[in-house]
Amino acid sequence: MIATVFNLPRLRLNGLIGGAIAGILIFLALFGPALAPYDPLALDLPARLTGPSAAHWLGADEFGRDVLSRLMYGARTSAWIAFSTDLFALFAGVIIGVAAGYLRGWVDRILMMFNDALLAFPGLLLALGIMAVFGASRGGIIIALGIAYTPVVVRVVRGTVMSVREREFVEASRVMGNSEWFTMARHVLPNCIAPLLVLATTMFGWIVLAESALSFLGLGVPPPAPSWGNMLSTARPYVNQAPFLIVYPGLCISITLLGVNMLGDALRDWLDPRMRT
Amino acid sequence: MLRFILTRTAFALPTLLIVAVTVFALMRFVPGDPTTVMLGDLATPENVAAMNKRLGLDQPIPWQFVTWLGNVVRGDFGLSIVSGQAVLPLIVERFRVSATIVLVAVALATLIAVPAGMLAAWRQDRFTDLAVIATSTVFLSIPSFWLGLMLLLVFGLNLGWLPIVGYVPFAENFGSALLYILMPVATLVLVESGPVARMTRASTIEVARLDYITHARAKGLSEPAVMWRHAFKNAFAPTWTLIGLILGSLLANIAVIETVFTIPGIGRLMIDAISARDYPIVQGCMLFVALIYVVVNLIVDLIYPLLDPRVAA
Repeated sequence: MIATVFNLPRLRLNGLIGGAIAGILIFLALFGPALAPYDPLALDLPARLTGPSAAHWLGADEFGRDVLSRLMYGARTSAWIAFSTDLFALFAGVIIGVAAGYLRGWVDRILMMFNDALLAFPGLLLALGIMAVFGASRGGIIIALGIAYTPVVVRVVRGTVMSVREREFVEASRVMGNSEWFTMARHVLPNCIAPLLVLATTMFGWIVLAESALSFLGLGVPPPAPSWGNMLSTARPYVNQAPFLIVYPGLCISITLLGVNMLGDALRDWLDPRMRT
Repeated sequence: MLRFILTRTAFALPTLLIVAVTVFALMRFVPGDPTTVMLGDLATPENVAAMNKRLGLDQPIPWQFVTWLGNVVRGDFGLSIVSGQAVLPLIVERFRVSATIVLVAVALATLIAVPAGMLAAWRQDRFTDLAVIATSTVFLSIPSFWLGLMLLLVFGLNLGWLPIVGYVPFAENFGSALLYILMPVATLVLVESGPVARMTRASTIEVARLDYITHARAKGLSEPAVMWRHAFKNAFAPTWTLIGLILGSLLANIAVIETVFTIPGIGRLMIDAISARDYPIVQGCMLFVALIYVVVNLIVDLIYPLLDPRVAA
C-alpha cells in the first residue's frame, strides 16, 4: 500500500521533471540560435572575463564572447550530436542484432564474436582511438561514439529477438506462409521497440556525457564553435580569474543528464515493468 | 569449478585477439603514410623506403599483423615516434599512477555505496530510500570532470586546503601523496557511488522478496542479521559485476580526471600522444587498457562463483 502511494507520484515526478528538461533542451536546440542575444563568435574584447552584467547576463569569456549565447548554441551542438549518434547506433544495432538473433547459426556466432570484442573496449577508449585516427570534428564524434555504442544496441535487440522468435505468434506467421522478412518486420521488430526506447533515452545521456568529455579533452567539437565540453576546456586556464566560466557549462551538462536519466527511469518503469524496483 | 575457470578463460582469448586486430586495423586508417609522419622533414623517398623496409611496412598486411602481434606478446610495444623511448615501460609507469587512483576510488565507493544501497532497499519507498536514490541520481548526472573542476575551485583555489596540480607517488612521501590524491579520488568516489548504490538497492529489493528472507525473519532474526547474513550474499553478486565494469572503464575515463588535476597517468599519456600524433603510444595505450579491461572482467567473473555458487554449477 505504502509502495503504491509512493511509487506512483515518484514515477510521474521523474517523468514530469525529466520530460520538462528534455523539452527545454529540444526547444533550445531548435530555437536557441534565434533567441540568443549575441552571435556566439562575436568578440567584445573590453568585456573579456567579466562576470554577469546587464549586457552579458552570464558574463563574457576570455575573448569577450557572450556566455549565454554560447551556451544556447552549445545546447544545439550537444542535442544534435547526441541525436545523430543515437540514430546511428540504433540503426546499425537493429540491423546487426536482428540478423544475429533471427538467422542464428554461424552468422550469429561471428557477429557476436566481433560484438563482444567491441564491448571489451570501454566506450570512451574506443571513441578516443577512433578520434585519434579521424581527428576532431563533429562527423568524427558521431562515427566514433556511434561505433562505440552500437554493440550495446546489438546485445539488447538480439536478446529480444531470440526470446520473441520462439513465441507462438511468430510461429503462426510462418505457418501462414509469410516470408521470413515479413515476419521479422511485422511481428518480431515491434517487440523490440519498448526496450529500444528505454535504451535510446539512456544512451542519449551517455552520448551527451561522452561528447562533452571528448570536447573537454580537445578531441571533440573543435573551437571556436561552442559546445559545453569545449567551453569548460577553454575556461580551465582562467579558473582563478573567472570561475563562473566553469560553473555554467557544467550546470548545463548536469541538468541535461539529470533530466535524461529521470526520463529514462520513468520510461523503464512504464514500458518494462519487470525492471521496476 | 575447474571447468568453469577453463571455459571462461578460453572465452577471453578470441576476444583479446579481436581486440588486437581492431587496434591494429584502426591505426592502419591513420590518414597519410605513417613513415612520412615519423620522418617529418627527413621524408625523402629513399628514407621512406628504407624506413618502411626496416619497420617491415613493405610486407603484406597480414604478415605485418602477425609480426606486430608476436612483438606485443613478447612485451615489445614498439618505440615512441616523438621521444624514441620504448612504449611499454612508459605505459606501465603511467598506468601505476592511474591504477592507484582508480583502485582506491572504487574501493571507497564500494564501501560507501553498498551499505547505502542496502539501507535504501531495506527502507524501500521511505524517506531514506528516496534520499539515497535522489543523491545517487544527482551524482550520476554530474560529469566527473566538472565535479573535479568544482572541487578544485572550492577546496584548491578558494579555501586553499589542497594542492591543485600534480601527483606524488606513495613510495616517495605518504603524507603529501595522500593530499594530492584526495581530490581526484573524492571526485571518482562521488560519481561512481551512484550506479553502485542503485544496483545494490535494486538487487537487494529483488532478493528481499524471496521466501528464504521471510523465513529468516520468521525465525526471529534481527533485521540487521537478515539483511547482512542472508540478503547481502545474494544481492551483492550483480553489484560485483558492475564494480568490475566500473574498474575497467575508469581506466579509460580517467583521462578527463587526469586532465583536470594534471596527473601523469595513462589517460593523459594517451591524450598527449593523440595530439602529438605519436601513434605507437596511442596504439599501445589502447591495447593495454583494453587488455586490462578484459583481464579485470575475467577475474571478476572467476570470483563470481564464490559469491554465487549457482553460476559455476
